[in-house]
Amino acid sequence: MQIDLTWTCRKKLKETIKIVPNTAEATHYGSLPHLYRDFQNLLLQIVLKKLITMAASVVDTYTDPSMSWMNAPHSTGTSIMACEFDGGVIIGADSRTTTGAYIANRVTDKLTRITDHIYCCRSGSAADTQAIADIVTYHLNFHKMELGEPPLVQTAAAIFRELCYNYRDSLVAGILVAGWDKKKGGQIYSVPIGGMVQRQAVSIGGSGSTYVYGYVDANFKPNMSKEEAKKFVTNTLTLAMLRDGSSGGVVRLGVITEAGVERSVILGDELPKFYEG
Amino acid sequence: MSSIGTGYDLSASQFSPDGRVFQVEYAAKAVENSGTVIGLRGKDGVVFAVEKLVSSKLYEPGANKRIFHVDEHVGMAVAGLISDARQIVETARSEASNYRSQYGVPVPLKYLNERVSMYMHAYTLYSAVRPYGCSVIMGTWTDYEGPQMYMLEPSGVSFSYFGCAVGKAKQAAKTEIEKLKLADLTVKELVKEAARIIYIVHDELKDKQFELELSWVCKDSNGRHQLVPKDMAVEAENLAKQALADIEDSDEGDI
Repeated sequence: MQIDLTWTCRKKLKETIKIVPNTAEATHYGSLPHLYRDFQNLLLQIVLKKLITMAASVVDTYTDPSMSWMNAPHSTGTSIMACEFDGGVIIGADSRTTTGAYIANRVTDKLTRITDHIYCCRSGSAADTQAIADIVTYHLNFHKMELGEPPLVQTAAAIFRELCYNYRDSLVAGILVAGWDKKKGGQIYSVPIGGMVQRQAVSIGGSGSTYVYGYVDANFKPNMSKEEAKKFVTNTLTLAMLRDGSSGGVVRLGVITEAGVERSVILGDELPKFYEG
Repeated sequence: MSSIGTGYDLSASQFSPDGRVFQVEYAAKAVENSGTVIGLRGKDGVVFAVEKLVSSKLYEPGANKRIFHVDEHVGMAVAGLISDARQIVETARSEASNYRSQYGVPVPLKYLNERVSMYMHAYTLYSAVRPYGCSVIMGTWTDYEGPQMYMLEPSGVSFSYFGCAVGKAKQAAKTEIEKLKLADLTVKELVKEAARIIYIVHDELKDKQFELELSWVCKDSNGRHQLVPKDMAVEAENLAKQALADIEDSDEGDI
């Protein structure tokens, strides 16, 4: 396809070169028509080449590496977080979904319900994590009926781990499982790429998290109040979103306690202000 | 069970005209020939006690145990045909193990009981199989749900109990259990009561020899099912023998 078009390109250029000497401007310079003609030909050549290359890329995106965004998977290059506090857990996420450099969705909801008291924060491939979350939701619904009581957060994490580990070669999924149960209260389990599972008092994930590990280590305290913890999560995510190109948009929060879930959104212009030099 | 099901007792998959499944009733009969097994649920745990009848002096002590570990936190005491019971133990163990590997947490007894009950019930439905000739008692203690105990019967029905008894002297044992204030007693007290009840209901004339098996799953054992520690078991057994002797003395006095 590309070779074809390059050939077309040459042909068109030849035609153009023939046309140029007849233009009014060319004759106007009188003594230097050849110089001018050469210059204009060069310009035309460059413009045409560029146009034709672009056309070729749109037609054949698979062979042109500069157009890879056309078939890049949707992924949540993300900032996600979960934090235990006195009485439950806070979960939070940015809202950007990207397809390469293109923002496919700027108001994504990466906080996904599993049961009334268990949520997950998704990072990695949007398709993979949505599919996993759906499967776990199905399992836990069934399990809840068998058990006759709400499932444990640990159980949810075990099912996430089972899927993420068994299909580790074909999945790109980094998930935080967070929730509240009557056995252990508020809990967070991190299930990173590869299918490990680890309980943590506070956990961050996604590409944006790398920029804020220090901030989290410096500012996390056990048994914070709800408002304190919400502020901490909002600040962390805002800082991550500022540094990480593939995170951004709004901050979505969820507070999970015995009473259930309380969702909120902090719009882009309402986010806390930090040094941006 | 005075009537013998003439022709209607050959298969577990057939009802008699008056709506009974004789094979299941015969299985219950098999359990009634076994040594007595009791389970007591106190305020901080569950205690099992078994009157294990020793049918021959040639057995080593401790042979043919009737108390089993199903999982770290679940114990099972069995009455009836020991070989049938061992299969139920095996089923319960694999259920508990599967639950642990799938869900990452110990199996809740309520759930385990449902699974094992379903399994036993399935054997009352088909002509090619016979029902299990055993009853089992399962018990556990967890920090957030406290003590739990279930008894399963050959028909596949099961209930949660404060105290239960199966085997030869179940009636006498139940009468004794009813006298206890189970909800107020600790496992340490219940071990003594359990040993005493087994000694009292044991019929010396019909069954000469027996071994007492004692186990518990309680707060003090960190929710693990284990045999009652040796010194405590010996003490309970001595007290039981003493209690039995006192009763016999007072009986003689009455005469």
